[in-house]
Amino acid sequence: MSVRATAARRNLHRIIVSHGGVIALLFAAQFVIGAYYHLSLTRVMVLATFAVGYNILFGYTGLLSLGHALFFGAGLYGAGIAATQFGVGASGAFVVGIAAGLLLAFALGLIILRTAGVAFMIVTMMFAQAGYLLVLYFGTYTRGDEGFVLKGALREAHLFGFSLNLADPVTRYNLALFLLAACVVGCIALVRSPVGRVLVAIRENEERSRMLGYNTFRYKLFALTLSGTICATAGAAYALLFAYVGATFASIEYSILPLLWVLLGGIGTVLGPVVGTLLMFYLVDVASSYTSAYMLVVGIVLLILIVWAPGGLLGTLRERKIGWLP
Amino acid sequence: MSLLATRGLTRFFGGLRAVGDVDFDLPAGQIRAIIGPNGAGKTTFVSLVCGRIAPSEGRILFEDRDITSLPPYRRVAMGIAYTFQITSIFGNLTVYENVALAVQNALQRDHDAFFRIDAREMDRRCEEALDRVGLPDRADTKAATLPYGHQRLLEVAMGLALSPKLLILDEPTQGLSDHEIEGFCTLIRAIAEQATILLIEHNMDVVMELAERITVFNNGTILSEGSPAEIRADVQVQKAYLGG
Ligand SMILES: Nc1ncnc2c1ncn2[C@@H]1O[C@H](COP(=O)(O)OP(=O)(O)O)[C@@H](O)[C@H]1O
Ligand SMILES: [Mg+2]
Repeated sequence: MSVRATAARRNLHRIIVSHGGVIALLFAAQFVIGAYYHLSLTRVMVLATFAVGYNILFGYTGLLSLGHALFFGAGLYGAGIAATQFGVGASGAFVVGIAAGLLLAFALGLIILRTAGVAFMIVTMMFAQAGYLLVLYFGTYTRGDEGFVLKGALREAHLFGFSLNLADPVTRYNLALFLLAACVVGCIALVRSPVGRVLVAIRENEERSRMLGYNTFRYKLFALTLSGTICATAGAAYALLFAYVGATFASIEYSILPLLWVLLGGIGTVLGPVVGTLLMFYLVDVASSYTSAYMLVVGIVLLILIVWAPGGLLGTLRERKIGWLP
Repeated sequence: MSLLATRGLTRFFGGLRAVGDVDFDLPAGQIRAIIGPNGAGKTTFVSLVCGRIAPSEGRILFEDRDITSLPPYRRVAMGIAYTFQITSIFGNLTVYENVALAVQNALQRDHDAFFRIDAREMDRRCEEALDRVGLPDRADTKAATLPYGHQRLLEVAMGLALSPKLLILDEPTQGLSDHEIEGFCTLIRAIAEQATILLIEHNMDVVMELAERITVFNNGTILSEGSPAEIRADVQVQKAYLGG
C-alpha cells in the first residue's frame, strides 16, 4: 500500500474514534446528569443539528447565509401545522417538515445563488424576514408570536409498528442524539467524498473551480438544498420533541445563532458546530445567572475568539495541531 | 482540420476593444505561441476561448463544434484546459489536493463518480502530474507556501491533470529560474505529444525554442502570423514588439 493510502486509513481510524467518542460521551451523559441538564442537553443536540446543517453551507461551501431561520422555521411549521391541521400523526409531520425545507431550499436556491458575498447575505436575510412576516400574517393558523402547542395523540410517534412516547425525557434525549449522530456521520461522509472536495474548492476559489471544469452553480445548489434540509429536519424535530411551535424560531435571532455557534466551535469542521452550540448554551446559562447583561459576556467571548482563534475552537485546533480533523 | 478556430471574435470592456474581430486557426498537434506587448489582448483572447469571459461578438469553434455559448465546465469536458496568468491556486489546500481537484474532474468525465472515486487511480494520476512538472516531493505542502515559480508549475500540473486536448498556458515561465525554464521546455515538448498547446509567452528564447508557429497580437488584433523564422524577420512585428 502507498504511503498516502496508509495515512488515509490511519486518519479514517482517528476520525471514527474521535467522533464516535463524542457521540458515546453524549450517550453516557444521560445517566449522570440531572433532570435540568437532561432537558437542556436534549435541546442543545437538536440545535446542534441545526448548526451542523448551517455549517455545510457556511463552513464548507463558503456561503454566508443570514437567513437559515427560514429553513429551521419551515421544518418547525411544516411539521407543526401538518400535525395539528392535517392529522398526519407525528411521524408523518416529521416527513412533511423535512420535505418543506428541502423544497424551499431548492426553489430558493435557484434564485438566491445568482448572488454572492454581501448580496447573498442580504438576500437570504430578506427571504427569512419575509418568511417570519408570513408566519405573523397567517396568525389564524400559526397563532403568531404566541405560537401553539402539540398535545394528546401528537405526543406519540408510530414507526414501523413501534410506538414512541415523545413526552418521555429518555426517549426524547435519545431521539435527539440519534438525529445529531446521523447528521454528524452524514457530514463526515460528505466532506470526505468527491462532492465535499469540490464544495471546499468553491469556498477557497470559485473561479478556479469553475475553470477546472465544475458546474459550481449545481454544487452550490446541492449544498444549499442539503443544508436547508438538515436545518428543517432539526426544526421539525424541535416542534415534535418539545411540542411547541412559535414565531421566535423563525425570527432573525435564529438566523444569527447558527452563525455564532459555528464561529465559536469551528468553521468547516464536522464537530465544531456541536461544540459551539454546547458552549454557547452553557455560557449563556452560566452568565445569565450572574448578570442580566449576559449577551455582553457572549459578545466578549466571541471577540476574544475572533482575535485568538479566528477559525473557531476546532478550526484553530486543526490548523495548529490535528490536521486530519474533517 | 482545425482543433480550435475563432471567427470575428470581439470583446469590449466598456469603450475599450480588448479583442477585435479575430480570425484564428489552430491545427491539432501544434505548439502555438502568442506574443505581443502588454495590453495587446492576449489574456482576453484565451479567456474567451476557455469561457472565463463571454465575447461581445463572434464565434468560437472547437473540433468544428460551436462552443461560443457553452459554459466553462462544458468546455473543460470537451478538452480545453486553461492555466491562469495571475496564479490562481487553492492556497489553503495542499499541493496534492490542488491536483486532485483536476484529476477528479478528469475521472468524473470518464465515469460517473459524483460520490465515489477510485482512490488508487486518483493517487496514481496526481503523482504522475506532480512528477512531470517536477514537484513530486511537495505533495503535502500547503500550496500558498510554495515559492512563486513552483506555484506556476502547480498551475501547469493542474492543467495537465485535466488530460486536455488543448492546453492553454498564460505566461507560465514568469518567475521561473533559468534552470527551471529549461525543464519547463522539455515538459511542454513531452505534453505536446498528446495535446495541442497554446502558449502565451514573453520570454522570446522559450518562444523560439518551442513554437512551431507564432501569432502576434497588437491592439486586440492579429498583427502577423508565421513560423519563428518568419516572425523574427517581420519588420512590422519588430516595430510593434521586438523594439525594432
Ligand atoms: N476585466 C477587465 N476589465 C476592463 N478592462 C480589461 C479587463 N481585462 C483586460 N482589460 C483591458 O483589455 C486590454 C487587454 O488586456 P489583456 O488581454 O490582459 O492583455 P495582455 O494579456 O495581452 O497583456 C488591456 O487594455 C486591459 O487593460
Ligand atoms: Mg496577459
